Amino acid sequence: METETILESINTLTVNKLRTGLAILGIVIGIGSVIALVSLGQATQQSVQNSIQSLGANLLTVIPGSTSSGAVRGASGGGTTLTDDDAKAIQTSSQVTSVQAVSPEVQGRTQVTAGDTNANITVIGATAAYATVHSVSMQTGTFISDQDNQASAKVVVLGPTVVENLFPNNSDPIGQSVRIKGISFRVIGITVSKGGSGFSNTDNQAYIPLNTAQLQILGQQYLSSIALSAKSQDVMTEAENQVGYLLLQRHQISDPSQADFSIFSQQDILNAASSTTGEFTTLLSGVAAISLLVGGIGIMNIMLVTVTERTREIGLRKALGAKKKTIITQFLTESIILTFAGGIIGIILGVLLSFGISVFSGSLFVISPSSVLLAFVVSAGIGVLFGWYPAQKASGLEPIEALRYE
Amino acid sequence: MNIIQVSHLSKIYRTAAGETIALNDVSFDIKKGEFVAIMGPSGSGKSTLMHLLGCLDTPSSGTYILDGENVEKLTQDQLADIRNRKIGFIFQAFNLLPRTSVLQNVMLPMRYAGVPMEERRQRAIKYIEMVGLGERLNHTSNQISGGQQQRVAIARGLTMDPAILLADEPTGNIASAQAEEVMAIFQDINEKGHTVVMITHEPDIAQHAKRVIMIRDGKLVSDEMNKHQVKANPKKMNGDPTAQLNLG
Repeated sequence: METETILESINTLTVNKLRTGLAILGIVIGIGSVIALVSLGQATQQSVQNSIQSLGANLLTVIPGSTSSGAVRGASGGGTTLTDDDAKAIQTSSQVTSVQAVSPEVQGRTQVTAGDTNANITVIGATAAYATVHSVSMQTGTFISDQDNQASAKVVVLGPTVVENLFPNNSDPIGQSVRIKGISFRVIGITVSKGGSGFSNTDNQAYIPLNTAQLQILGQQYLSSIALSAKSQDVMTEAENQVGYLLLQRHQISDPSQADFSIFSQQDILNAASSTTGEFTTLLSGVAAISLLVGGIGIMNIMLVTVTERTREIGLRKALGAKKKTIITQFLTESIILTFAGGIIGIILGVLLSFGISVFSGSLFVISPSSVLLAFVVSAGIGVLFGWYPAQKASGLEPIEALRYE
Repeated sequence: MNIIQVSHLSKIYRTAAGETIALNDVSFDIKKGEFVAIMGPSGSGKSTLMHLLGCLDTPSSGTYILDGENVEKLTQDQLADIRNRKIGFIFQAFNLLPRTSVLQNVMLPMRYAGVPMEERRQRAIKYIEMVGLGERLNHTSNQISGGQQQRVAIARGLTMDPAILLADEPTGNIASAQAEEVMAIFQDINEKGHTVVMITHEPDIAQHAKRVIMIRDGKLVSDEMNKHQVKANPKKMNGDPTAQLNLG
């Protein structure tokens, strides 16, 4: 395409601005929604990944699995098969080389009160290792220590949402007492907010020493879960296998498919979430792509009208020596300029739209250069694809017929 | 030297209703520097002849040699190339590009010939000045009168220095005063050595030519020199006041 052809096409297209505007509207909407929806999908994916990753790095979780006695198989998750001894064994065993920290945990939902306020929250029985494994950091005060645990101390660490609910008048909760199941606990620390997401809001939790929880609050000797952090991302699978073998041995189970526990990694959750949000993004882009197709058909329609309207002009150009290729180039240039202009406006609108959404909903603002590049290529491609037939039609006109056309 | 050699040229249109013989075994030659009017009533086949002479259509039989090139068996693109280099078209309805400047219109055939931009400009301006529109280079075609548009078309027809200037009812859409100007230009460029072939049904327009060929019912009925060639005199006419014909 030479500059002259491009300039001539722009000239022609600006003659009827309303029609040109309406013709590219479909492309604008199509490209704009592709950009905005892909951006929205990617932002969702990013924020889900961020919040899952914030739950702990290289995290492996062992949960009590289905117990089976004879043919009866118990429900998964509610089991009583994990004990403190299992946790200690993982920590001390020479077989387990890839695990850095072990955090035995119990949890339950219970009522917590402070003066005349109360909240129904998840209370977790934890050891000092919990903070390491789950990457919990403190806003003020300290987390539960090993001494607290050995002494079954009545101390509690609160999440920021719990503090907001229990101490609405902004008084410093450190050193104050809250009551859990009627027992008074002294607040020793507040955790840093992790920006609770829909999956599990870690800001609305309270932590007490594991022993205290087992003996005095939940009244159970079993563990709800054992969280482990692997030494690095690369040894996750190794760690999972080592812990698995050890627990199978300890529980005297020879067939791994009969295991009374299950181990899943952070990566598993991440993968599941990613694939869900990925499908979501694909679905949204699919819907947007359909509007792009409709936009392309609009371009084809307007180009066919243009060719009919300009039959005499085409006849003249051919009489004066324009070859088939020249006419094809002329009309393809027009349709490509149409869709390209639509693409650029669409990209700008899409970016503005997703920026607006991120501002209003407080989500992330993600625009991937690849989706912008793709939008450029696709919009030009639509110009070629849907402009081809009208251009071909124009170039095939017989000069005499075209000159006579009224 | 014969610039056009037409021998036994026929054109038959086949439709569902049967065959229509539009042109029946027509033969003639035109020499370089002639000014020929091809006359005939409507339906006589003169338009068909014009299309064949203009390489816009191909004959059913017979041969047509234009400026030494045998053109009856060429492809569409080859014909486009011949039209571009050898024929300057002047149509009844002017056929300028709308909303496009006089200069751009005149440069169009040179663009298809791949003439470099600067040369295109110079050549176009030369011919626009020749037809007296040097002041209106940048006017668009809808801003000038019919007679002026036809003069622009003549300038466009001349820029490629074609073998023939082929005019199809060149005065059919313009006022008689302006028609006289157009005829004056034809006579002038003919005197400068250009071959002009003009199709018309108006006898008084045909009288401006040096030779008149009559066509009737697809056949050539007479072909003779015009002993009473009328000299166009645009100054006598109450023509376009802005016209400044530069016919020196």
